[in-house]
Amino acid sequence: MNIVVCVKQVIDPEAPPASFKIDAAANKAEMHGAPPVIDPYGEYAVEASLKIKEAKGGKITVMSLGVNLLREVVKKPLAMGADELILLEDEAYNGGDGWSTASALAMAIKKKGNYDLILCGREASDTNAGQTGAAIAEVLGLPCVTLVRKIDVSDGKLRVERVNSAGYDVIEVPLPAVLTVSNEIGQPRYPTIKGIMAAKKIEPIVWKPADIGIEASRLGAAGRRTRMRRLFQPVHEGKCELAAGDSPEEMAVNLAKKLREARIL
Amino acid sequence: MSDYKGIAVYCEAKGDKLLPIAAEGLGIGRKLADNLGQELAAVLVGSNIGGLAQQAIAGGANKVYVVDDPLLKDYQTDAYVSVMEKVVKQVKPQVIIMGQTDAGRDLAPRLAFRLGTAVTMDCVDLAIDPDSKRLLQTKPVYGGNAQAVITTETDPQIVTIRTKAMAALEPDASRKGEIINIAAGLEASSIRTKILDRVIEEVAGMKIEDAQVVVAGGRGIGSAEGFKQLEELAKVLKGAVGASRPPCDNGWVPDTVQIGLTGKIIAPELYIAVAVSGSSQHMSGCSGSKTIIAINKDREANIFRQARFGVVGDWKKVLPAFTAKLRELLAS
Ligand SMILES: Cc1cc2nc3c(=O)[nH]c(=O)nc-3n(C[C@H](O)[C@H](O)[C@H](O)COP(=O)(O)OP(=O)(O)OC[C@H]3O[C@@H](n4cnc5c(N)ncnc54)[C@H](O)[C@@H]3O)c2cc1C
Ligand SMILES: Nc1ncnc2c1ncn2[C@@H]1O[C@H](COP(=O)(O)O)[C@@H](O)[C@H]1O
Repeated sequence: MNIVVCVKQVIDPEAPPASFKIDAAANKAEMHGAPPVIDPYGEYAVEASLKIKEAKGGKITVMSLGVNLLREVVKKPLAMGADELILLEDEAYNGGDGWSTASALAMAIKKKGNYDLILCGREASDTNAGQTGAAIAEVLGLPCVTLVRKIDVSDGKLRVERVNSAGYDVIEVPLPAVLTVSNEIGQPRYPTIKGIMAAKKIEPIVWKPADIGIEASRLGAAGRRTRMRRLFQPVHEGKCELAAGDSPEEMAVNLAKKLREARIL
Repeated sequence: MSDYKGIAVYCEAKGDKLLPIAAEGLGIGRKLADNLGQELAAVLVGSNIGGLAQQAIAGGANKVYVVDDPLLKDYQTDAYVSVMEKVVKQVKPQVIIMGQTDAGRDLAPRLAFRLGTAVTMDCVDLAIDPDSKRLLQTKPVYGGNAQAVITTETDPQIVTIRTKAMAALEPDASRKGEIINIAAGLEASSIRTKILDRVIEEVAGMKIEDAQVVVAGGRGIGSAEGFKQLEELAKVLKGAVGASRPPCDNGWVPDTVQIGLTGKIIAPELYIAVAVSGSSQHMSGCSGSKTIIAINKDREANIFRQARFGVVGDWKKVLPAFTAKLRELLAS
């Protein structure tokens, strides 16, 4: 099995919401004081690929598109056990949207060739879009199952479970295919010391736009189909009234009384 | 600019009823169509669904396009994308509204890329820009820490909308509309996936999406046993038990009760969050609640920034006393 996993470098989504700041002029956000991470659902996708590799063997290629990619961040999948890292890193990829990102990733996957399975996260923690997997599948003409929680491979086919709001569907899909991975797949493993040492020795391959043969009209800002007009932080007004008391039990009783007084119950 | 015109709402149904999100789509669609002075169309796709068209008209549609075919009985990406592509090429709507549902999450992006246009997922507000007449699409990003206002520069402009974010119209059975059938023209062989099984994991009893009171537990509950105490409180309040993601991931509660961005979006009268830190992703699923109450041992926890009332303390001590007192108060 040759597996391509797409992961993205993002600001840390698990940092306390109080450290979230917006640069309104640039329509950009940051987590003050927290270093970037690879996007959590991308990490679940890496975990899924490692499970398949353990069961069936194969090679895992990680792809990441972005600028200012910190090597210690984007190399994490290698430290977890992936084999190869391809970075689409160039200013020209910058300023794009979901459309240009998916186009470039699809072109890079095409150039790499020889793939059986492509994995993405169900949604990136910054865009909260959940479109890249389906988009890559469309460009490459492949079937795609989204929101996958379990993957079994046999006889050139996949048997996957797709999460839905009432449970899950069991779906059969031929290879090659694209899947987007959900957290039910299982907690991503921690890199081992051995893995970290191995990752140190792997040099990422960097592909510029010319390397993947993407037309200028589909690249970065020129390939955009959407425009972000504004980025803002919704304000939460109102204050929390904390129940008083000398013990937790007393506070609990006071909370109950308060709710009754406020006619909430 | 282009010959795309009008608003189309992709309406999902369950059994013989349109889903609430379909009615919400029609509600906002009607508003946008009136603003533009254009028509609102509903699109119904499925098997044996002709009876739903009247509901879509009562919900605000001028026209209903129906694609009814046995091959469309269950949602399957290949079939539905190909049918929707056909409908869009015939109807040429300027805006397509879908629900951020199990199917919508899958269908909308694939359809957009097939048509060479973009999609904005999970919108909480839609409006027409007075100058450009383009659709202003407001959607949460960064897990709900921020919202972005986005416009799509190509047609059709495709969006999905978040549950309960937009208002449905009061159904009006006297509304008139036109029903147009479109042939699916599907070949069974073009559907590459096969559904082998559907597993229902939902718990019996009241669903969190329908409950007026939801008692939600977080990682700090620590175990499946801990959730039994939440159930007790829920019983007293005739509510349901929900959770943040970690209790689901740890198997303390079923995945189907996860609340948040990637779980269920709910808006009960009362939301009691116990040992939940209040991450933006979690709050995305419950910030529409009328009143939020927090029990958390950490005074600095983000949940207190959105709660109306709270107790700072160990839930193991707070909850039994709280439940007992409420039982007493409600009995009197
Ligand atoms: C793209 C994306 C999507 C996500 N979607 C969702 C989603 O849909 N829903 C969701 O919930 N999460 C989601 N998450 C995860 C989210 O970021 C948080 O990790 C998660 O919500 C944290 O859950 P928690 O509050 O239960 O746990 P924690 O953040 O660990 O908080 C536990 C809380 O319990 C308190 N506590 C501990 N012990 C006690 C005690 N004895 N008494 C009282 N209080 C106690 C602590 O003070 C703490 O505040 C998503 C993440 C990403 C990146
Ligand atoms: N710039 C990127 N580089 C690599 N993978 C990406 C990138 N953007 C998105 N992805 C993948 O697509 C998934 C969904 O992203 P999105 O469609 O933006 O929600 C992510 O979890 C990643 O797996």
